[in-house]
Amino acid sequence: MSVMSECPTRQILNPGNSNCGGCGATSGLSLLSRAMEERKIQIVIPACCSAVAAGLFPNSVYGVPALLTTFAATASGATGLSVVARLNGEDTRVVCWAGDGGTYDIGMATLSAAAERNEDILYICYDNEIYGNTGGQRSSATPHGATTTNTPPGGKVEVKKDIMEIMAAHRVPYAATVSIAHHEDAIRKMRYALDQRGFRFLHLLSPCPTGWKSEPSQGVELVRLAVRSGLFPLIEIFDGKRRVVNVEPDFSNDALAKYLHLQRRFRKSGIEPEALAPEIEEHWSALRAKVKCFEEV
Amino acid sequence: MALQLISANHAAGMAATMAGNANRSARGFCAGLYPITPSTECMEYLCVQELLKGQVVRVESEHSAMGVCIGAAASGARTFTTTSSNGLAYMAENVYVAALMRLPVVMVAANRALGPPWNLWADHGDSLMLRDSGWVQLYCADNQEVFDSVLMAYRIAEDRRVLLPVMVCQEGFILSHSMVETEVSSQEEVDLYLPPLDLPHRLRDDARTMGGVDTPAVTEAHRAQHHEAMSQVFEVYREAQEEFEAKFGRRPPDLLVPYKMDDAEVVLISMGTISSTVDHIVDEARSRGVKVGSIRVRGYRPFPELQLKEMLGGIGRVGVLDRDISLGFGGVLWGEVRGVAAPGAISQGYILGVGGGDVRPKHIEAVLKDLLERDSAEAPIVMETNL
Ligand SMILES: Cc1ncc(C[n+]2csc(CCOP(=O)(O)OP(=O)(O)O)c2C)c(N)n1
Ligand code: SF4
Ligand SMILES: [Mg+2]
Repeated sequence: MSVMSECPTRQILNPGNSNCGGCGATSGLSLLSRAMEERKIQIVIPACCSAVAAGLFPNSVYGVPALLTTFAATASGATGLSVVARLNGEDTRVVCWAGDGGTYDIGMATLSAAAERNEDILYICYDNEIYGNTGGQRSSATPHGATTTNTPPGGKVEVKKDIMEIMAAHRVPYAATVSIAHHEDAIRKMRYALDQRGFRFLHLLSPCPTGWKSEPSQGVELVRLAVRSGLFPLIEIFDGKRRVVNVEPDFSNDALAKYLHLQRRFRKSGIEPEALAPEIEEHWSALRAKVKCFEEV
Repeated sequence: MALQLISANHAAGMAATMAGNANRSARGFCAGLYPITPSTECMEYLCVQELLKGQVVRVESEHSAMGVCIGAAASGARTFTTTSSNGLAYMAENVYVAALMRLPVVMVAANRALGPPWNLWADHGDSLMLRDSGWVQLYCADNQEVFDSVLMAYRIAEDRRVLLPVMVCQEGFILSHSMVETEVSSQEEVDLYLPPLDLPHRLRDDARTMGGVDTPAVTEAHRAQHHEAMSQVFEVYREAQEEFEAKFGRRPPDLLVPYKMDDAEVVLISMGTISSTVDHIVDEARSRGVKVGSIRVRGYRPFPELQLKEMLGGIGRVGVLDRDISLGFGGVLWGEVRGVAAPGAISQGYILGVGGGDVRPKHIEAVLKDLLERDSAEAPIVMETNL
């Protein structure tokens, strides 16, 4: 039976939430609901779009126990929940659901420390490459060439931080990237991550029609193009060492061009595939070298 | 019960450990800990204890120390942390959250001035910065009080009428590092004093969201409830005090500690350790026939306004000694007390001992002399104790 044919009995994010149409976080949480099955989970959400999505007290769109924390306290709040669950012999999976701002920027020290301590938590970063909740400012996950409300007129100059290598450098038991356009791969990884012990990290590219200036219906297609072009590698990293490439890109100029042109955030900089291709190539040759290096060990 | 020669940091660590162990039949104990002078030895003490059902988390910052406490408390555990000065400032947003989520976290603040320029010494300004964070605040005058206050703090914090975090404040070095003979209770006694914590709103398996979005109307209601919970502390404190005396055979001081107030015409009000020097001067002045008394404010939040008003009734001269300064205003304690003093009374503020300035009898004498001689109050007087 295909993973997709199962209808989840519990939704993490219930319908009627305030996410924009076509929000990648909605798709991501729907995949996580499918992956979760009967597992007990508690979710920890910092300040971000998904916090606002919770809705007005006393109601909540979240279908699982949820702790909303301050912007930088995702991994520390989750640590507290996880410690107490273990002290009480509970197998509750504590799952962090944080944006790129809460992960790459303000929450980085907290995240790094929890990873270093190998806390028993699953940390998922839904990366829309922007501070969505505050109206679309840059983060250190915003790609080079994208325009945000606070980037210079020609778009962001700096390149995106490599969060996967940062996590790998912490030697966490499991880190993987997740695509909302590759459901089977995504659910397999989510389930695996849910069932491991120690610190697990998932990086989910999360289309944001509002910030990316793209069509809400194009989110899945955009992620597919990001994977095809090599811009968003689908990989797994075990213990910061062994690396597995899950989907081989075609590295086509066509995929990259479509990816850029379907989003108006790249218009002002006028960035073209040719400008991005060397970055992608460099990234992949480093990745292949690491795959090989740890294969041989 | 046994007398031990310990610092206030160790007294706090011992009390927190026993309080944590006392929750072993419930959801256990968790402490998020990070070092900063002068609270370091308390965290180090906890880090080497064998907890019966508990864990310390050696975090990377005070922000995370409180983050861990929030997560653990949300799951129903008894929680603890300790910090000082910049550490308190660094954890501040989470300090608020612990209160807003009505989590009974207990923290010991070893009071110290903020920097840079760095200053390691006693100053109440750090915890007073969080005066409005929704925590109960108790200020201690000796090591025994620190030990006892930590135990009482859990009783108060976890009471269903309160459900608020409690900050136990003790002045850096003056208490934190001074070794004093302290009565240390046994685990069995603490077990009897602290019932297992059953936090009514903790996260369980049902879909409950803690910390969602409040509209203005809901925030108004939540603040009103929070404020009301604060007002319950007075009664809960009295009960916790009585129960304490019954279980341990000693009685922690009241929220306001009067000294020779019965016939006093002049009063000196202070917080923390300065009050013992004040009491010494009260004795001396009385031997010269000056009808002076003193009040130590031990409970700062909730502020025991009604009781203080009663004590100050008919007193014409009120001197308030602050080991803190709200720059551009004056002493924080003075700011609160002058509204409570009898109508027409001279309420004069004196700031002394900030940044650890050594407050000696001669300084208190000077304060009393000034207070007795003046015709009216004027702007707070900032004293330099090194002069
Ligand atoms: C300490 C602090 N600083 C700033 C903010 C304001 N703030 C709330 S959410 C947010 C950006 C969130 O960005 P991200 O983590 O990427 O999540 P997204 O909104 O994109 O889903 C900011 C800056 C805050 N809540 N707390
Ligand atoms: S702004 Fe972007 S991330 Fe936020 S809810 Fe809308 S689409 Fe989703
Ligand atoms: Mg974002």
